[in-house]
Amino acid sequence: MDIHEYQAKELLSKFGVPIPRGGLAYSPEQATYRANEIGGGKWAVKAQIHSGARGKAGGIKLCRTDHELWEAADTLLGKRLVTVQTGAQGKIVSRLYIEEATDIDREFYLSFVMDRAAERIVVVASAAGGMDIEEISHNEPDSILRVAVDPAVGMQAFQAREIAFGLGMEPDLVQRLERIILGAYRAFRDLDATLVEINPLVITKDRNIIALDAKMSFDENALFRRPQISELRDKSQEDPRETYASDRGLSYVGLEGDIGCVVNGAGLAMATLDMIKISGGEPANFLDIGGGASPERVQKAFRAVLKDKNVKALLVNVFAGINRCDWVAKGVVEAIKDLDIKLPVVVRLAGTNVEEGRKILEQSNLPIITAETLGDAAIKAVNAAKDGSKAAA
Amino acid sequence: MAIYINENTPILIQGFTGRIGTFHAQEMIDYGTNVVGGITPGKGGTTHLGRPVFNTVKGAVDETGAEASIVFVPPPFAADAIMEAADAGIKYCVCITDGIPAQDMIRVKRYMRRYKKATRMRLTGPNCAGTISPGKAMLGIMPGHIYKPGRIGIIGRSGTLGYEAASQMKALDIGISTSVGIGGDPINGSSFRDILEDFENDPETDAVLMIGEIGGPQEAEAAQYAREHMKKPVMAYIAGLSAPKGRRMGHAGAIVSAFGESAAEKVEILTAAGVTICPSPAEMGATVAKVVATMKKVA
Repeated sequence: MDIHEYQAKELLSKFGVPIPRGGLAYSPEQATYRANEIGGGKWAVKAQIHSGARGKAGGIKLCRTDHELWEAADTLLGKRLVTVQTGAQGKIVSRLYIEEATDIDREFYLSFVMDRAAERIVVVASAAGGMDIEEISHNEPDSILRVAVDPAVGMQAFQAREIAFGLGMEPDLVQRLERIILGAYRAFRDLDATLVEINPLVITKDRNIIALDAKMSFDENALFRRPQISELRDKSQEDPRETYASDRGLSYVGLEGDIGCVVNGAGLAMATLDMIKISGGEPANFLDIGGGASPERVQKAFRAVLKDKNVKALLVNVFAGINRCDWVAKGVVEAIKDLDIKLPVVVRLAGTNVEEGRKILEQSNLPIITAETLGDAAIKAVNAAKDGSKAAA
Repeated sequence: MAIYINENTPILIQGFTGRIGTFHAQEMIDYGTNVVGGITPGKGGTTHLGRPVFNTVKGAVDETGAEASIVFVPPPFAADAIMEAADAGIKYCVCITDGIPAQDMIRVKRYMRRYKKATRMRLTGPNCAGTISPGKAMLGIMPGHIYKPGRIGIIGRSGTLGYEAASQMKALDIGISTSVGIGGDPINGSSFRDILEDFENDPETDAVLMIGEIGGPQEAEAAQYAREHMKKPVMAYIAGLSAPKGRRMGHAGAIVSAFGESAAEKVEILTAAGVTICPSPAEMGATVAKVVATMKKVA
């Protein structure tokens, strides 16, 4: 789960990471008010969306007067900001963060990641700040420092010091940076983060170290024990199709194609999308209905897939292990009747109680297209979607 | 003798008396698995499904001589249950639980390093369908009847995609020595490489099918191991060719976040290592059949 920059900064500052003074604004009027409250003569108006690379997309504006603040806020609020990370549809700006501008002397990169190869929390740092980590690893790979933390004892002060000296920090700043690194590490560990990224971490002209930008992501499997993090979720930053599905316990990812997919199991769902592509079609979504596929669950899945108006055909692919094909078949029949589905529906069932399941589909007298195998199902779905497009045209 | 489990392996169920534990324990018993008891703290001394219930894994191991266990404990307590099994001298543990926090798994892995490699418990999962040695024993939640006994090993991240492979193979009359689910989580008990090594050393396995997916470094690590250390043929299918970068596809670990983690890149790395790639998920069985046919010719 991702959160906004201002939320990440608030969390980090509680762990001793210094941040610039700032405040939240929902309107141009509030933006100017916040700036006056902060004081000084130069401010950054920062669009709060769940994406990096906001600066290049025009999401961060430097202002010196009330008029400029007002104009910047007025332009950004309500806008769909498209960055290299958001995709073409962009993300809506409904909050602004107004921050005192900082006189930067030097910029650094600092992040904490869950390293899957090391199976540890790893600190990544570089003196080549101001670029994203992909650019740094491409342009200045030798500048990257990596330190793994032993989970048995946690991060030690000497490790933070080694990073500070490794970044070429002057002795008078080393101790302060050490505290920042250890604080950010504790935030990662104590809040079950999967990423803490401070980029850039800057040394100001008056020799302070501050986190100028901050990004945090969290382990969704750990939210049960981090209620204060769950509350930071901002649904306006999510694909509404995905929000609808995840609120109903379904795992859904929206894609660009026209074949709606309902599958059990993440691996089989991915394989089904692959098979559609190989057969010449384009999937509209990834959807895993999970293990216990009751008829109600199948119906919820159909509703979620049909939220996408591009869908021209549906493909149900269920390999029943824990669940049973007859339940799934019942769910499919009920969903088609209750939701009055006119689109072609291709159903492939396999595994536990497959004969009973097929019988239910047959006896329903609905125009369900059945398939025996994964390959057969994909081809039938691709053809059905093409026919659907032709019929519409 | 297959790997990890056979018809004689004495097995414990952790989270025995819960709804899910009960259901799957019964399925395993019906399959012929040697379930010798289970653990539910506080219910020790009672009997469930005709087997004794214990308060602790240690108590159960002392009493029954159990060598393997399967964990059905809910996510907040699952890491603790795995460590308890490791400490009690269990040799092989499957964790089915989906939703364990990644930092809990980091702790589990660190804890297990206190035991020497030779005596360390082998853990597979979490977030997997378990392990089956067809015709012998089932330590998992899969439909046992779709697995035909035979000489091909399977290692997979996904449960249902593993079923797909097994049933395609059965349709072509190809059997399986053992099928091992390593799970869809970012930090898991064993990697593809770990299991490849055990299949390479198993006299009853002739070749191995790997079913991978996007995300993480484990398929690339397995490719290197297969190239440098394996005599047996390895085949692979990698799911997620159509997955967009940076999006989590169902499994907690199925997300492309670094170079070499996309399906296309993994296929490239595996191909370079001499692994036979299944061109589509509908051709996993056919690919295995082709490799088996060439092996017979050579022999």
